Amino acid sequence: MELSVKGIVRRFGPVTALGGVDLDVAEGEFLTILGPSGSGKTTLLKTVAGFEIPDEGRVLLGGEDVTLAPPRRRDVGMVFQNYALFPHMSVAQNVAFPLEMRRRPRDEVKRRVIEALRLVELEGYGDRLPRQLSGGQQQRVALARAVVFGPRLLLLDEPFGALDRKLRESLQLEVRRLQRQLRLTTLFITHDQEEALIMSDRIAVMDKGRIEQVGAPGDLYAHPATRFVADFLGESNLLDGSASAGHAAIPGFGAVPLPAGQPDGGVTLLLRPEALRIAADAAAMPCRGQGKVLETVFLGQSAKLRMALDGGGEVLARLPLRPSDPPPAREGETVAVGFAPEDLHVVPRG
Amino acid sequence: MRRRRVSQILLGLFAGLVFLFLLLPLAVVFPISLSSASYLQFPPPGFSWQWYQRYLDDPSWIDATIRSVKVASLCTVLAMGLGVPLTFFLVRSRLPGVRVLDRLAAAPIIVPTIILSIALYGVFARLQLIGEWYGVAVAHTVLALPFVVILVSAGLRGFDEAQEQAAAGLGASWPAIIWRVTLPQLRPSLVSAAFLSFISSFDELVLAMFLSGASMTLPKKMFDNIMMEIDPTIAAVSVLQILLVAVALGLTSLFGRGALTTTITR
Ligand SMILES: Nc1ncnc2c1ncn2[C@@H]1O[C@H](COP(=O)(O)OP(=O)(O)OP(=O)(O)O)[C@@H](O)[C@H]1O
Ligand SMILES: [Mg+2]
Repeated sequence: MELSVKGIVRRFGPVTALGGVDLDVAEGEFLTILGPSGSGKTTLLKTVAGFEIPDEGRVLLGGEDVTLAPPRRRDVGMVFQNYALFPHMSVAQNVAFPLEMRRRPRDEVKRRVIEALRLVELEGYGDRLPRQLSGGQQQRVALARAVVFGPRLLLLDEPFGALDRKLRESLQLEVRRLQRQLRLTTLFITHDQEEALIMSDRIAVMDKGRIEQVGAPGDLYAHPATRFVADFLGESNLLDGSASAGHAAIPGFGAVPLPAGQPDGGVTLLLRPEALRIAADAAAMPCRGQGKVLETVFLGQSAKLRMALDGGGEVLARLPLRPSDPPPAREGETVAVGFAPEDLHVVPRG
Repeated sequence: MRRRRVSQILLGLFAGLVFLFLLLPLAVVFPISLSSASYLQFPPPGFSWQWYQRYLDDPSWIDATIRSVKVASLCTVLAMGLGVPLTFFLVRSRLPGVRVLDRLAAAPIIVPTIILSIALYGVFARLQLIGEWYGVAVAHTVLALPFVVILVSAGLRGFDEAQEQAAAGLGASWPAIIWRVTLPQLRPSLVSAAFLSFISSFDELVLAMFLSGASMTLPKKMFDNIMMEIDPTIAAVSVLQILLVAVALGLTSLFGRGALTTTITR
């Protein structure tokens, strides 16, 4: 493992920012830490970078214990949310800074600065001051500065937080391309689940100073281990019911079959909105109910419906739309709704 | 829109009046320094360079000028050398009680200079520092330190500490961070502080009267000149002094873009 975090605890007075975090990142892997505000993402990143010393636990970089090592001994490149470029230095001087601190010879510095600026497509911007660049360009300078010295690990703390959506999307792809090209082990922070799904090899979902689950994006989406993960990643219907003899009684849908081996008792079931069908399409579905449409939202390639089920409770349905399709239902209308049982996922720690 | 125009004109008029008030002494002193009369008379009866000539020919004036430049320079170096690290401590330290110390740093401005002079006279007499130019410089440092602390702490408070973290993460040691990242961005504050330290010493009379003894600084020499023989030499010296300050001010704005203005408004 390139990076291993073992049992990290960090308290600020009464607040426990990190309550025992374990995490492994493989060489060349892009791992995203996803979590709501205040969940401890930045604190974890700062612990890895060396700006925070944990109360308990260890940080290993390439097998070496660096828990107490100062930041400059760790060879870690970091991009801050607000870029933290040096405003009094030109773009080239900013990018050269980590090389100069490592006392690289002057011609090597020059060559590598040019290379790094080319890598982020900012050739010819070397003489400008940071304030003469747009937000996206500043972000790319920060990125060039963080990778120019060939760090063992790249840390990115919500690097696109301040950018508009279009720019965000193009930078997401650019960062991913750069990361693959340089085979950089990367720890990326975001609270945007869509961003996490797009960019990551694996995602670690964090809540209240703990890691809830780690896994590949598709895996987390389809098989969330906890209610929090199911809710935080994508849109979800979480249905509470009680299991007996391989079936669960769910208000509004009656008894639905469960995967084999499910013990009796209370269960939480995850049903993604896109698994639901309504009206005529629902007829072919094994599990069916009926509900009143409370609200419809047109989203272009799909429509989102909020429905009140006849047996009680609400569900969210997402229905694919072709350009020629009429609106799937009107608000206030009562329609059939159904799904296939294989689309149900039992949330283990509901 | 009209309202705004009127208020702008009024503001301009006000500023003009204040400037006139500030420049009025110069408008009197400058003509007198070129007077042909041998006593202070305004307006002067005729033109002559004689008072400048007299200043240049009199070694006691030149000595006093050189001494004052030396005193002010040493005072600036000492005030900056002590004041900048002190300010870092006052702004950055999380020790309890530092906030009180922060206020105390302004004490020399509040204590009447004459009290300070008497106190320092006692100390300096015992140390046999009376009449030594560097003794005066040390005393002036006490007066200059508050300027340094006030100006530099304003700059330091406006500085984004995340940059120091970024620099550390990029491999910089503490000295490198301070020297390459923090201090360059404090340059306007530093230049302003150095300028004010220099001027406060160069222009200082009360401490110099008590401590400089026979080896006079320029303000002391001017004071003595007025007491003994009132002639327009003093006007010529004043004009030269003003020119020197103007040059220093020019250098300040050259090396500390935004110095003396941004540090305070930021
Ligand atoms: N220096 C500090 N002093 C006191 N409390 C702190 C400090 N740093 C973080 N905390 C607390 O620790 C918790 C986690 O903070 P952290 O900054 O790691 O969250 P985050 O997940 O990065 O949130 P965000 O998405 O808002 O940036 C918060 O409750 C925060 O208030
Ligand atoms: Mg954060």
